[in-house]
Amino acid sequence: MSAEPVAAPTSNWRRYFGWNTDHKVIGVQYMVTTFLFFLLGGLLAVLIRTELARPGQDLVDGTQFNRLFTNHGSLMIFLWIIPVLAGFGNYLIPLMIGAKDMAFPRLNALSYWLIPPAGILMIVSFFVGAADTGWTAYVPLSISAPDGQTLWALSIVLLGVSSILGGINFIATVVTMRAEGLTFGRLPLFVWGMLATALLMVVATPVLSAGLVLVAMDRIAGTLFFSVGVGGDPILWQNLFWFYSHPAVYIMVLPAMGIVSEILPVFARKPIFGYKAIAASSMAIAILGMLVWAHHMFASGMDPRLRIPYMITSMIIAVPTGVKIFSWLGTIWDGKLRFTTPMLFALGFISMFLIGGITGIFLASIPVDLHVTDTYFVVAHLHFVLFGGSVSAVYAGLYYWFPKITGRMYDERLGKAHFWMNFIGTNLAYLPMFLVGLLGMPRRVADYAPEFTSLNFLASIGAFILAISTVPFLYNAIVSWATGPKAEANPWRARTLEWQTTSPPPAHNFPVPPHVTGGPYDYGEQAPSTSLAPAPAAGK
Amino acid sequence: MTQDAATHSGTFAAGRALGLDHLKLGTWLFLASEVMFFGGLIAAFLHYKVNSPSPQAGLLSVPLVGANTFVLLTSSFTVVQGLAAIRRGKRGGLMAYLALTILLGAAFLAGQAYEFSSLYREGVTLQSSVFGSSFFTLTGFHGMHVFTGLVWASSTLLRAARGHYSAEDHGGVEVFGLYWHFVDIVWIVLFTIIYLV
Repeated sequence: MSAEPVAAPTSNWRRYFGWNTDHKVIGVQYMVTTFLFFLLGGLLAVLIRTELARPGQDLVDGTQFNRLFTNHGSLMIFLWIIPVLAGFGNYLIPLMIGAKDMAFPRLNALSYWLIPPAGILMIVSFFVGAADTGWTAYVPLSISAPDGQTLWALSIVLLGVSSILGGINFIATVVTMRAEGLTFGRLPLFVWGMLATALLMVVATPVLSAGLVLVAMDRIAGTLFFSVGVGGDPILWQNLFWFYSHPAVYIMVLPAMGIVSEILPVFARKPIFGYKAIAASSMAIAILGMLVWAHHMFASGMDPRLRIPYMITSMIIAVPTGVKIFSWLGTIWDGKLRFTTPMLFALGFISMFLIGGITGIFLASIPVDLHVTDTYFVVAHLHFVLFGGSVSAVYAGLYYWFPKITGRMYDERLGKAHFWMNFIGTNLAYLPMFLVGLLGMPRRVADYAPEFTSLNFLASIGAFILAISTVPFLYNAIVSWATGPKAEANPWRARTLEWQTTSPPPAHNFPVPPHVTGGPYDYGEQAPSTSLAPAPAAGK
Repeated sequence: MTQDAATHSGTFAAGRALGLDHLKLGTWLFLASEVMFFGGLIAAFLHYKVNSPSPQAGLLSVPLVGANTFVLLTSSFTVVQGLAAIRRGKRGGLMAYLALTILLGAAFLAGQAYEFSSLYREGVTLQSSVFGSSFFTLTGFHGMHVFTGLVWASSTLLRAARGHYSAEDHGGVEVFGLYWHFVDIVWIVLFTIIYLV
């Protein structure tokens, strides 16, 4: 009501540790909290890869191994990638659309504050017999699993509520809070990606919650949903689980694609190629993504008449995905490329996501899937999509918006060292997994036949490089945040709205409500002050 | 429709192109997620109804629950009347209709409690069959939503008693109404698939 006090953003670090309704504070809370879970999930991965570096069981026993990969997957998916991307959405959406905050600031804070208790539940579950069923928690195994499985289910339900509330907030914000002149046709592509993601969060997540309710009822109240002998049906869980968990892949990758779509035109100094196609393909992926879940169940004894339709819908997703890839290539084609750290990570995203995406088409093909399902081929595919893809994009975004968020520049040399370690580590860790998978090595087993030794050893080396690669990143982030050179408002000469205010932005983002008159990627067309590409879009 | 939209926005929110204020849009989105949640539970119920039929389903009492359904439907009508009253600026009318809504909702829950206890006496329990499991889970979650609605209605009534809401400002009543109608509509679906089909 009265004049809002403008906070001194860099000095007042205490606000990050309490209830705060500023979307920028909440965004940072999301990112920092989830990064801690990322480190924890990474630690579990290092233990897994240490066990698998050589055949034989030398570090953990079978049950411990099951707990390791179950919680590794659950942490990485539910407490890292999904919420860290929601953190980007929180920080960026109001800035990018010229609003002073989200549509529901208090709900926004609630969405964040559901995450720490959910994480604590999952960590506590380690001490009461951790979940050991894989992140998929297939029944009836997850009904008879130790007590930690109940805490696990509760944790995922909490994270689901957080995700649903976040999704509602994103959609309401984008629809009702856009600045004057910011039509849907001028919306930054990250915002389009978040809009598609939010749709999935709102529509798909509750179905997983319903499934988890049934599992929890079976475990706590003794209901019979998944008791096979008396009419219960385990396939029901798989349907409910994958109805969410396949779209969840797009929840984990559509915002990442949005981040890449922001970064490429800035560092190619060219307009984005195919703006409308990229925006529309995000929505198409979201909608198609809800119609393909049973391709995870080709080997589960589903009705064979349903297999072919699910195979076809799954493969169709390659079309909008391909539209994006070619649009990105069209964007950098003939551009004046600046290989900064965010640009390197964005290019890394494209190359590695491409491998993950194409092997996804292999897996959608029923005859191939029946042979490689539950082998390391699937593990490799998933990690190329989510680590080579999503995590690369998260790093790209963290570097790209670091000056905006902290008001200081990161160290470019450390950033590049981080990129190369990450890029080499990712390929070294996951490429051999395709091969051992094709050779028949099953996933989720603590031991393997001696002929798989050398490839597994390579994968473990890659995993250790990935673990070490977080050191330069953390050092860079912490030291640069504290003592890095001050960043200007727009160090990259970008055109989206978040760069048109100070770094970091003031309490309500913009001194006056912005008025938008053009698209966000018109590089070289009406910005003579910036360094331009020599010829606009000669490749067309 | 947009008269209560101006309360929150100040100068920043310009994107009213779709004619929606964010509170109502947020509520609709929340209800969409609720539809999907119930959709999951309903899918489970129907799956077991078709594939694991149980003689226990024959123990359901359609007349009792039919009467209960009528009670709940009436409560949707009273919410509409309450909203109409405050639109005309009559806070007293709103409060009377909200009180009636709470009464009817409580009566529905009492009816459900009676139904549950008679079924338990006849041996239909959460653990007796997949029918019992899915029946009590589905209707129980609906009952919990009715209970939430009662809490919400009570707080709306309390706010009205403290002088909130007017002919111009009644977004809170409207949003509660959306939720309450949603709970009713879900029950119509449940009544149909559980008791009639």
